[in-house]
Amino acid sequence: MDFVDYYKILGVDKNAKEEDVKKAYRKLARKHHPDLNPNDKEAHKKFQQINEANEVLSDPEKRKKYDKYGKDWQHGEEYEKAQQSQRRSHAPGGGQSFSGGFGEDDFSDFFASMFGGSEGGGRRGNVKYRGQDYNAELQLHLNDAYTTHQKTITVNGKNIRITIPAGIANGQKIKLGGHGGPGVNGGPGGDLYITFSIADDGKFKRLGNDLYTTHEIDLYTAVLGGDTTIETMSGKVKIKVNAETQNGTKTKLKGKGFPVYKKDGEFGDLYVTYSVEIPTQLSDKQKELFTQLSQL
Amino acid sequence: MEKDVMIAADEFCNHHNISFAFVSLLSQQGLIEMTTIEEHQFIPANRLQQLEKLVRLHYDLDINLEGIEAITYLLNRIENMQHEMIDLKNRLQFYER
Repeated sequence: MDFVDYYKILGVDKNAKEEDVKKAYRKLARKHHPDLNPNDKEAHKKFQQINEANEVLSDPEKRKKYDKYGKDWQHGEEYEKAQQSQRRSHAPGGGQSFSGGFGEDDFSDFFASMFGGSEGGGRRGNVKYRGQDYNAELQLHLNDAYTTHQKTITVNGKNIRITIPAGIANGQKIKLGGHGGPGVNGGPGGDLYITFSIADDGKFKRLGNDLYTTHEIDLYTAVLGGDTTIETMSGKVKIKVNAETQNGTKTKLKGKGFPVYKKDGEFGDLYVTYSVEIPTQLSDKQKELFTQLSQL
Repeated sequence: MEKDVMIAADEFCNHHNISFAFVSLLSQQGLIEMTTIEEHQFIPANRLQQLEKLVRLHYDLDINLEGIEAITYLLNRIENMQHEMIDLKNRLQFYER
């Protein structure tokens, strides 16, 4: 655990007045507050540091202790014990900390060692704060995302059973209300946001609700036409190949693509690109016939 | 279903120790929805999170109503752009493989 320089975080000098600390804090908070930086983990982290620095520097008692024991914070515990009885008689939280949906866990180990966690307080008195929102990433195979299914995930040691609707997209985020961090002062729990990461498989590529695949047909079927069996995500389908089909020709199988998210019975399309296989290791007879063909 | 749950506006204000006038102004500016039922103002429960965010911007960050309006507009734009970015990344991934 490293020493955290709260003065440096707020960009004020050691003799800064309470008013200057407040000003510096507000300026930085406006820049890094999570409400103003949605989905920005860096800003979130920075805001936690700023909040923590303010919690200490705007509270004369904490600031005094920090100034005295700062770099020797590990010995601050003895000081803390000596001050405990005196502190009990004080009103909570001289400092003004912003909520932003944070709980006590958002203070660093350094802070917890020196001050034993946040005392709450804040501008609006004993306000019940929502718990922290959690973010998690869930990796799925394309096959998993094809059907609605249930999955149990573990977040912060708690098992949560979720239903994943068919057709969920790569990068899509779903919210599980109340499954985030616990609230402060009896406030409601935060939310859990799950981002899905879905990789294409070797056979199919997905773009929106449509699927794309390449299917090999032999030269004779391509030239003369015929039937071929194509594998789709819902099973095998036999289709007709027109005579004189060129390599790279695309055909669309309507409704054989990916299910549309939360729209039962609706599917995208499957686009099949034909790849014509040129025969190899020809027999003498075959070579002769091809030669004849080429001279016609 | 969730949309039908309403929270009394004055209860919300008491709980957060904020003035009703501020919430009323937000509603007048179209930043939040409020419904009047028998002369009492109610806030749809599914809009509470958004309202709490606006309250934090004003009371914690000292941002005035005009600022909140501008921020709300820009945050919506950011959110739309983030969605668009996910969509474009997926498309790019499709052509890269």
